[in-house]
Amino acid sequence: MKMFEKPLTRGLAVLAVAGVLAGVCLWGIFGFLRSSVPTVDFSKTAGPVNLRVQTVAALGFGPHPTWVSYLVKDPAGAWVHSTIWQLPADRQINVTVEEYDSGGALRNNLWGGITGTLDSQAAINGQSTAVVDPSAGNGIAHTFNVPDLGLNVPLYGISSKAKNPCSAAPCSTSSDHNTITFSFHTPPGAGNYRWQCFIPCGLSYLYGNGGPMGAIGFMSGFLKVVPA
Amino acid sequence: MAVDMSNAVGLDVPAAEQVPGSPGELPPGRRRGFRLPSALGPGIPRALVFAALGYLFGHWIGNLIAAGYSQVTNSGSNNAAIILGYLFGTVGWIGGMGVLTYPLTKMTGREELLAPQRSVGPGRYFRYTLDHKVVGIQYMVGMIVYFLTAGLLALAIRTELLSPTNHVFGPGVYIEVVGEHGTMMMMMMTSVIVGPFGNFLVPLMIGARRMAFPRLEALSFWLTPAAYIILLSSLWLGGFPTGWTGYAPLSVQAGRGMDAYVAAFGVMAISIILAGFNIVVTVINLRAPGMTWGRLPVFVWGVMTTSFLMVLATPVLFGALYMLGLDRTIQTSFFTDTLGGSSYLWENLFWFFGHPEVYILALPGFAIVLEMLPVFCRKPIFAQKVAIAGMVGVSALSFFVWQHHLFDSGINPDMRPLFMLTTELISIPTGFIFLVGMGTLWKARIRLTVPMMFAMGFFFNFLLGGISGVFLSDVPADTTAHGTFFVMAHFHYTIMGGLIFAFFGGLYYWLPKMTGRSMNHRLGKWNFIAMFVFFNSTFLPLFAVGELGQPRRVFEYAKRLQTLNDWVSISAFLLGFAILLFVINLVWSMIIKPVRSPENPWHSRGLEWQTTSPPPPGNFDRIPIILAGPYEYGKPDALPMSDLVSRTSPVAAAAATDSERTI
Amino acid sequence: MAAATERRDGIRILGVWLVLSAIFMPIVYFVWGPHLPPGGMSDQAAGQRFDNRVLGVVATPVVLLVCTFLVYALLFWRQTGEEIEDGPYITNKVKFSGWWVGLTTFTVLCLAVFGTYELENNNGAGTGSGPRPIFAASGPMLPVQVIAQQWRFTFRYPTYGGMETTSLMIPQNEEIQFNVTSLDVIHSFWAYQLGVKADANPGVNNIAFVKALHTGKFNILCAELCGLWHGAMTANGQVMSQASFDSWATQTEAQEAPVTKLLPKYSTVYSPDEAGAGGNYYGSQYPVNP
Ligand SMILES: [Cu+2]
Ligand SMILES: [Cu+2]
Repeated sequence: MKMFEKPLTRGLAVLAVAGVLAGVCLWGIFGFLRSSVPTVDFSKTAGPVNLRVQTVAALGFGPHPTWVSYLVKDPAGAWVHSTIWQLPADRQINVTVEEYDSGGALRNNLWGGITGTLDSQAAINGQSTAVVDPSAGNGIAHTFNVPDLGLNVPLYGISSKAKNPCSAAPCSTSSDHNTITFSFHTPPGAGNYRWQCFIPCGLSYLYGNGGPMGAIGFMSGFLKVVPA
Repeated sequence: MAVDMSNAVGLDVPAAEQVPGSPGELPPGRRRGFRLPSALGPGIPRALVFAALGYLFGHWIGNLIAAGYSQVTNSGSNNAAIILGYLFGTVGWIGGMGVLTYPLTKMTGREELLAPQRSVGPGRYFRYTLDHKVVGIQYMVGMIVYFLTAGLLALAIRTELLSPTNHVFGPGVYIEVVGEHGTMMMMMMTSVIVGPFGNFLVPLMIGARRMAFPRLEALSFWLTPAAYIILLSSLWLGGFPTGWTGYAPLSVQAGRGMDAYVAAFGVMAISIILAGFNIVVTVINLRAPGMTWGRLPVFVWGVMTTSFLMVLATPVLFGALYMLGLDRTIQTSFFTDTLGGSSYLWENLFWFFGHPEVYILALPGFAIVLEMLPVFCRKPIFAQKVAIAGMVGVSALSFFVWQHHLFDSGINPDMRPLFMLTTELISIPTGFIFLVGMGTLWKARIRLTVPMMFAMGFFFNFLLGGISGVFLSDVPADTTAHGTFFVMAHFHYTIMGGLIFAFFGGLYYWLPKMTGRSMNHRLGKWNFIAMFVFFNSTFLPLFAVGELGQPRRVFEYAKRLQTLNDWVSISAFLLGFAILLFVINLVWSMIIKPVRSPENPWHSRGLEWQTTSPPPPGNFDRIPIILAGPYEYGKPDALPMSDLVSRTSPVAAAAATDSERTI
Repeated sequence: MAAATERRDGIRILGVWLVLSAIFMPIVYFVWGPHLPPGGMSDQAAGQRFDNRVLGVVATPVVLLVCTFLVYALLFWRQTGEEIEDGPYITNKVKFSGWWVGLTTFTVLCLAVFGTYELENNNGAGTGSGPRPIFAASGPMLPVQVIAQQWRFTFRYPTYGGMETTSLMIPQNEEIQFNVTSLDVIHSFWAYQLGVKADANPGVNNIAFVKALHTGKFNILCAELCGLWHGAMTANGQVMSQASFDSWATQTEAQEAPVTKLLPKYSTVYSPDEAGAGGNYYGSQYPVNP
């Protein structure tokens, strides 16, 4: 304690403590609070953007081995676990969804209707469709819904008794899946458009809306529309 | 009551001076007992090790119980393991601090070898210590750490709100930060006066040598670091999305971070109950001879009414948290409507605690300000009985207003006029406080010191906070204001503008008493001016933001509100700098270059100033006999407050003024 | 001498306060009042604005009194010197305290009566009033169901075939009955310009009334924290003339028919199916409403 008798040494000690605390704060902010899912950029390509995404039943990594999730194929052709997609403004986006998850019931059947796409239709395995009945067939696995664009596309599920289900993400097309294609037009101005799924697919969370439904990077994200 | 308790626990009397055979100190021949393993060292390091072991043990039990639940295997999170881990970790923490040694030795029929009150020197501030003055200082430092952490989180909130649509943190992290800020502030504000000032000053002000239950007092403090760590650890588990109100069923649905909310708030609830209980018993039982209820300082009245609220309201919170914990771990359905529960149940239980809680945050502010006013007005307090009636009235009414938080909820719509009435009735006793404040200022001889500035700032801020509350109590006007930034501005005016201004004023006023060192007055003045200006500049526009249609806790908002929000954010950063000024003053004046304070720098009549600063281990040389009330300023023939006065007769006090010297 | 200064202080404070109140109370009521939120788009909003005006007028003199007093005290009752001078020994003025208590009590009781009257005479003042509101509107009205779910509002029109939409259209000059419910956690339906706010609780039908006086757009926001996207849980609303509402509704009813067919029968509340749409938190062995 003798070394702390001079005000100068006490001052330096206080500064050192303050420095450590500031370091902890900065580490907390930038290493933790600011860390987010990566943005996948599709705005550099010319012409219509072809977006390839897949929805999987269980993402085989990280602290959430059993969470459902969306993945996207980046322009380089690699599957990325991200739900933040950067798109050019005022452009047609052609989306192809490989849907590997089994289907079920919607909490609100309104989301069985397809809206906001070109012609208000989507092709399920090549077949043009306007409405998907969640209580018929395999049911709906997930939905792709962008509230501010009025976009809603239910993703028809695979059979729960499928012979060859995908076991680990990213899935390959050799596993059982449905292919849903649709196109939409991005708005002319820049903006962040949130999107989410409306199937209660957060299994074993109350009302099915916790877990992957309540976390960016799994069942919800942003379309970042930027001027091309 | 005038029993000399200098040999009871709670004193730093060196062992050599103890009378053998007196309570707590057995003669060497009869000492039997055990000590905690000393290899790990005493105090905090050992407590950390025990806490880690406790956490692992609890986690293991939780896995043993619940790992097979389909809910656990499907969701990938075992809430039972996390909550049990936190609880056993807390037990390990307090056990490692030495809290459990005494009860365990007593239970096994032995005596404790080394009573914890024996420790002296700076190390005692890091140990389980039974001296109320040490606990008071521990609380003060602890609560300031809470306040600064939660304050930084507030700045993070304002950073996100700089832009209506572009995101610094994004919706998920933003909601986590909002919840952390709110919960940490609420946990801290509950204890911020009762902990530091209540523990330190109440015995000094009533002429006692200690608190009634020194071990509970120390325990109540040592639970707060545990709650702090548990709450912060929530961020590592993904945070909680519910804000501090924890509304079910969202809190049942939420992920693992919610378990930290349950555990941290539960641990803090125990701490609050114990602290309140201790103060109530102390004030009732340990007053010095002559300290009648009429002579009891207003500060003690305020802290005691607050403590009654803490003891009576907080168990309801604890019960609600227990239900929430069960819903989350073993799938009971207290809050699930389809299985016989109700989403209204949590709202009712929470606000049955939560509304008294907001008065737990208001009363101590009244108490501090009314205690300081007579000293700086050099006048007796105006209508002391009205002040006390005001505080008692607010406390009693606070139990009958909780459903005004639920005016729009659809519950008991026909009861709304009643809750509107009870809520508005609270303005009457609150008005008493303003009557007393203004009556004391009437024709006073005001000395505008730094504490007095904070007191005046308190009155202005609390006035706006209180008046905005009237708009919220009126059901039609509340329809727009409810759940918006208007509410948020309202309670920041009462809590930050009220309680925190009173707390800072109290620190400037009593730190010389607690440490014998003075805060720098010039820096203090700038601290006040900056805080007052930027506080109002931050929160006044938020009333408008709310009324113009911005709900609380949103990460996106209407573009037309960006100017106001940016103004608020920039003001908030400047408010942060104002508080940094305080931290600099505190560190500079207390640690780096301390200036010895005069014995009675404010020339107060108060009993707490009739002993040395800081007070000796036993507080007073002997138990004082109270001769008069504490506020008899301007009465030439007034007796001093106690017969200890030889130390601080007006002459001696004046002489002490010019004896400022560096330690 | 002492008595004379005392009277002067009191009269000066009183004078300043009365002058300031005389200036600011009319300003608050007549100049600021008509612009106070939430505006006058509906009878409910106008009622709330009236309450805000009245409360503003009552609050003004209270704020002015305390502020005048504090400023006056700091200006005229200061001492600065080294010598500490004690003030007068005044412990109470019972008459003054009595007046204070009496006046505050009277004001507060008046406010409570006023608030109750406004609540009762404004059909529940736009607030959610539970499943059986006692302060209910009478006469013909259009029922509209507001369904909140994480994280969107949708709107059902039981009188138009039970169709469901994502934006809220209502006709002008007709009493609307909002039946607000939730499919999951607690939300709060807030139609800002209409002056309507009603919590959406699962399994509860929370009713609020409104009568729109002007056509135009209004904003719908969620006013109760409901999780990740709470801040983005907004919707668009519009008040239309009776004729254009009728044509919109019949047209939308026809257009939405394929989706309306999928919807469950109109009901005041909807329970999740635990096995499917309930998320399986309690396991499939637990039936709904045991
Ligand atoms: Cu999904
Ligand atoms: Cu919501």
